[in-house]
Amino acid sequence: MKTWAPPTVAVLCVLALWELVVGIGLLNEDHVPPMTDTVAELANLLGDPDFWAAVGNTMQGWALGLGIAAVLAIPLGIVIGSSATAYRSVRFVVEFLRPIPSVALVPLAVLIYGVGLESKVFLAAFASFWPLFVQSLYGVHDVDPVATDTARSFGLGRLERLWRIKLPSAVPYIATGLRISSAVALILAVTAELVIGSAGLGRSINVARQSGAIELMYALIITTGLIGYLLNTLTSQAERRVLHWHPSQRQVAA
Amino acid sequence: MRRVAPVLEVLVPLALLGVWALWSANSDTFYYPPLTDILSTFNETWVFERVGSDVVPSLLRLTAGYLLAVAIAVLVGIPLGLNATARRAAAPIVEFLRAIPPPALLPLAIVVVGVGNSMKVLIIAFVCLWPVLLNTIDGIRGIDPTLNDTARVYGVSRFATLPAAAPQIFAGMRTSLSLAVIMMVISEMVASTNGIGFFVLQSQRSFAIPEMWSGILLLGILGYALNLLFTVVERRVLAWHRGAHA
Repeated sequence: MKTWAPPTVAVLCVLALWELVVGIGLLNEDHVPPMTDTVAELANLLGDPDFWAAVGNTMQGWALGLGIAAVLAIPLGIVIGSSATAYRSVRFVVEFLRPIPSVALVPLAVLIYGVGLESKVFLAAFASFWPLFVQSLYGVHDVDPVATDTARSFGLGRLERLWRIKLPSAVPYIATGLRISSAVALILAVTAELVIGSAGLGRSINVARQSGAIELMYALIITTGLIGYLLNTLTSQAERRVLHWHPSQRQVAA
Repeated sequence: MRRVAPVLEVLVPLALLGVWALWSANSDTFYYPPLTDILSTFNETWVFERVGSDVVPSLLRLTAGYLLAVAIAVLVGIPLGLNATARRAAAPIVEFLRAIPPPALLPLAIVVVGVGNSMKVLIIAFVCLWPVLLNTIDGIRGIDPTLNDTARVYGVSRFATLPAAAPQIFAGMRTSLSLAVIMMVISEMVASTNGIGFFVLQSQRSFAIPEMWSGILLLGILGYALNLLFTVVERRVLAWHRGAHA
């Protein structure tokens, strides 16, 4: 059996099942449109400039949010993580702030930034800051002590130890953080569009629901899933390429 | 150094609170009321005025959705972890469903099951499912082969080794817990008549700013407390594991 065979068969089966379940009336057609109609709607959307504008808006929120979070979180995490005292003194604060659901800040974002792009970027940046910050913090902190001791006994200075030992061993952590944060930023961008009504796919989904365009709503939801899938695949590929030297990636290649 | 650090761990958060209190003390900015105002509003609102009407419904939805997700994820994850073909077949479907930003599913859930409690429970369960499922699959796959071989030699069923996957399943459950809080809030913001998320959004819309802040504060405390509770449960359930690795 080829490796691609089971996944393809499974996907086809699910699609066929969807068509069948709606076709024989097991699910109400007003709630769940037939698969073929939804796919046709999706194909239709591909030629619609408004659709691409919405995708563009969502991706803009994602990119800006993730970018801002990365610029703030990675250096901060590295600096704090390299000092034992700083690490211990912020640990509690981080543990307290991290579980605050970022969506709790939706009302605040609306008050301060209004209902446009700024709110979306603020929420996406706030939410994706934490995974990146915590991963960089732990990454720098969890360096193999033998490696640092060896470097010290070879007379490497503090900065050189940071550059040659701590950063390389933190890179896999940061890469994982980026992957998590990328998904989180997309989620928050769509949430902002849905709850606040900033332009983008989230708002389009809500509008489709309110106007009863069920096929359109399903097609748009599938689109967000495909975007998420694509981003995830891209980030894992990039991670694999950048970290080909790291033990965690070796098994994947084999 | 070693003696200073634990003190700092307590002092820094306190100092931050102090800075916030001082900075906001004479604040007449509408959006950032003084910390003391927020705290007294917190006291009036949440102790224990709105506990029955908002906090309890929120927590019930959270618990129901979370437990449903864990049960399904473990039940589905075990066969997928044991069977490579099933795992490969399910991979694209799992990856796709997992990648859908969960809020995008809210309109769908509203159309299909309405705006009631079941919608919120279902949406929380759907979102919490994936981290637990993936960790269950990986946990089962990652069981030490020696353990499986030993079980076979002694003629014990393979299912006896399954608890070895528990630590990883717990890691997934921990990720899901914060997702559950997030989805609880979002689902209450989009369509609800009670709950903490509803309260926070409603306060903002009626410009009751200290109330809004008190709700945000409550959500932070709630997230922290749930995390703490989870750590306690995990430590107890996985005591055998820590013992084995000490």
